[in-house]
Amino acid sequence: MNPGIDLQGSFIESLKSFGLPPGVAKVLWMPFPMLIMLVGATLGVFTLVWLERKISAAAQQRIGPEFIGPLGILAPLADGLKLVFKEDVVPAKADGLLFTLGPAIVVIPAFLSYLIVPFGQNMIITDVGMGIFLWIALSSVVPIGLLMSGYASNNKYSLLGGLRAAAQSISYELPLALSVLAIVLMSNSLSTVDIVNQQTGYGILGWNIWRQPVGFLIFWIAALAECERIPFDLPEAEEELVAGYQTEYSGMKFALFYIGSYVNLTLSALLFAVLYLGGWEFFVPIGTIAGFLNISDTTPWLQVVAAVLGIGMTLLKAYFLIFIAILMRWTVPRVRIDQLLDLGWKFLLPVSLVNLLITAGLKLAFPVAFGG
Amino acid sequence: MNLAEGVQIVSFGILSVMMLGAAIGVVLLDSIVYSAFLLGGVFISIAGLYLLLNADFIAAAQVLIYVGAVNVLILFAIMLVNKRQEFQPVPRAWIRKAATAAVCGGIFALLSTMVLSTPWAISSATPAGDASVVVIGLHFFSDFLLPFELASILLLMALIGAVVLARREFLPDDDFEKAQAEALKLPERPRELVPSGRNETVK
Repeated sequence: MNPGIDLQGSFIESLKSFGLPPGVAKVLWMPFPMLIMLVGATLGVFTLVWLERKISAAAQQRIGPEFIGPLGILAPLADGLKLVFKEDVVPAKADGLLFTLGPAIVVIPAFLSYLIVPFGQNMIITDVGMGIFLWIALSSVVPIGLLMSGYASNNKYSLLGGLRAAAQSISYELPLALSVLAIVLMSNSLSTVDIVNQQTGYGILGWNIWRQPVGFLIFWIAALAECERIPFDLPEAEEELVAGYQTEYSGMKFALFYIGSYVNLTLSALLFAVLYLGGWEFFVPIGTIAGFLNISDTTPWLQVVAAVLGIGMTLLKAYFLIFIAILMRWTVPRVRIDQLLDLGWKFLLPVSLVNLLITAGLKLAFPVAFGG
Repeated sequence: MNLAEGVQIVSFGILSVMMLGAAIGVVLLDSIVYSAFLLGGVFISIAGLYLLLNADFIAAAQVLIYVGAVNVLILFAIMLVNKRQEFQPVPRAWIRKAATAAVCGGIFALLSTMVLSTPWAISSATPAGDASVVVIGLHFFSDFLLPFELASILLLMALIGAVVLARREFLPDDDFEKAQAEALKLPERPRELVPSGRNETVK
């Protein structure tokens, strides 16, 4: 496995050559990846909003946004500007402090989880040892923010929406974590980089989706439920609860919920790509192509091409999944709350436990294919 | 003192103040909802302290279990209970308060003597860091096997208990009095036994 491009190393080296101590050079480097990831995540939200409008329009045989920029690309920007300039209303009987704190608690874990999304061997903010577990832990904080905003709005629809959101995310966290655990069992590591590396070498045939045919379905269902996408958008079911926990919100506080839900969807799609679709891997291993063309693995331009291809592949896979999620929005009807909880506790949980057991058994029986 | 140590000391101070402040708020605030939210703050600060101790897996587990599950369930319970009850002054309530104070004082005294009498030798072993998951796993299956298994049995008991309680059908208040007469039996509406499958379709 070639190390790829080490931007951090070269950046720190070049700063050191200016005569800065290594500690200061490291501190100067630290904000860059975070800033890039924040901007990237926000741009991802813009793209996603535009895609959602365009694909929804296509699904309903409309044209969708057309005049705001070429193909309506600037429509999300117009949305954002509108929300920025909107009056920030706090209802008179609401609990002002919790009302303001709620949206922040919902958004922060979603952005924080981008820490562990890898776009290449070194293209990750931190390769922490507990990688994917950090995401599960962080996403479990979100229901507190939802309950907080539901309670603080002092509105029965909001409270019901908040309670539904909490019940939903508690129920679907378990199948999600268990299906991730099966992957972790196969790659012997919680780190996202190790999980991708375990799938490399055989191109598309090595991806985990072939080894976890049940696991990836459970993960996708649970991830959709965690993101509150249709068919699992009960917390904000507009026919029953007006808009659930966001009913009383306007302006930037509403925008935080809006951004949070889209960031969460992008994040889930990215992690699905990392866990099951080989992350930054191309359909055919780059090393094989390079060997076929007689190019050395350490050629600088090949490394640049590989890095660009890696980022492109990760995004391509993630946006393919987002496309499926948007199509599902216009294909399947919303489930009822009892059906939702039945599906989570009585079907997905036992199936994911059995999946974990079978994975463990296969790992013992065929250590070659299942990472013994 | 280099940069890393300075950051560590400052974050230790901030986390301790956050934790103590939130914990005092949990006890002293009148609104139970605020107490529950502050409890989440206490758990998060403890997770931060674990991070400072190089125990990142424990920190993430703390967030997942205490913030994500325990605290959410507490909030859930508080918000689902909609019982409006007049507050009735209890006669001789001071006995209860005095007993609470005695127990709390006793625990505080015990913990302080423990804190003061422990030598607190700082271990010179290198922290496990990213490999801590493996080390914890090895301990679970060797010298900590019994506590681990006991904890799992406890959780299993709680699980079965929750299922038993959840299967109980709701009884109106007047029936409840009668059912209470039979000691050691959960008040339950008599129902026909369903041969198999999902019982909510047969009612």
